[in-house]
Amino acid sequence: MHEVSIMTEALRMAVDAAKSAGASRVIKLRLRIGSLSGVVPDAMQFAFDVVCHGTMAEGASLEIETVPAACWCATCAAEFECADSFSECPRCHNFSGELRRGRELDIASVETG
Amino acid sequence: MCQECGCGSGGGDVKIGGHAHEHEHHHGHEHGHAHHEHGHTHSHPHGVKTLDLNRSLMEKNALLAERNRGFFRAKKLLVLNVVSSPGSGKTTFIRETAAKLTGILRVGVIVGDLATDNDAARLRTAGISVIQITTGTVCHLDADMVSKASAQLDLDQLDVLVIENVGNLVCPADYDLGEDLRVVLLSTTEGEDKPLKYPPMFHSANIAVITKNDMAVAAGFNRDLALLNLQRVSHHAKIFELSAKTGDGMKAWLDYLGQQKKAV
Repeated sequence: MHEVSIMTEALRMAVDAAKSAGASRVIKLRLRIGSLSGVVPDAMQFAFDVVCHGTMAEGASLEIETVPAACWCATCAAEFECADSFSECPRCHNFSGELRRGRELDIASVETG
Repeated sequence: MCQECGCGSGGGDVKIGGHAHEHEHHHGHEHGHAHHEHGHTHSHPHGVKTLDLNRSLMEKNALLAERNRGFFRAKKLLVLNVVSSPGSGKTTFIRETAAKLTGILRVGVIVGDLATDNDAARLRTAGISVIQITTGTVCHLDADMVSKASAQLDLDQLDVLVIENVGNLVCPADYDLGEDLRVVLLSTTEGEDKPLKYPPMFHSANIAVITKNDMAVAAGFNRDLALLNLQRVSHHAKIFELSAKTGDGMKAWLDYLGQQKKAV
């Protein structure tokens, strides 16, 4: 639901970076979104089209890399992929709540033209 | 999905304490340069550059939140960010917390709602210092709104600052406001599976409070299941069970707040 706010910030960062590099337009944005970040990729795409309208990123494409969530198992000293923030280690079956990945809301790169 | 949610895209309608408040805008309008090229899967033409950023989209809010936290700490304020779905009893819980702390700790409140200042009015009637933020279409409070709103409270006359977030279990989870403790409410009239349905919010909370305990029997509330779900998602959170209306269970919560205040 807050995808528009987050996308507005992504666009601001992309436009700032493009302007600093002397570019005239943004043609692609790459984001990294964790599976437990609370934002919906489809809603991000929708928000992207709305916020880019009338800016130097109008018509740009959006690429979203989804980061699967992973917990840390202290017993096995290894990560395991998980569906939520408190999951059972598939190796030793102990539970872990130490989320190592999956909450990302990052801008990875911008392509300018 | 909330189609109304226009967060940040035209935030000029955010009002703090009844006054319109200008948000920073970053709407570039390069007229005459509307590009409508679709699909960039082909080889890039000359001049295309990739700029690696690798930055968090929450960076600006995170910086402002840390600034708030440092400022509040210097003022020796204990700051709570109270979140829940609409109707879980945030306002009653905050009003009763403030009322029962009268003469012990001085409580001020920042209230966020999409529209109306009804919650602020309810708190003000109880003699509590309160500032209302009406967010318009924005579905959460951010660190900037809290910074501006707190400037309108006499913080030196307060011990505890309670921020009542917009009733929403999704969006506020991602916005650090600079609080010491995030308090999530789960009322007995809601489903016991709320923590499983909204894991980011419940996982991010330091404290989980089961409210409206007086309604538990009438609502057919399965306490064991609710606690199991809370412990699964909010496993690190301290859990309180209470009824702000009857006062049942409030003492344990107020004692805990008193200890936390001493620690700041």
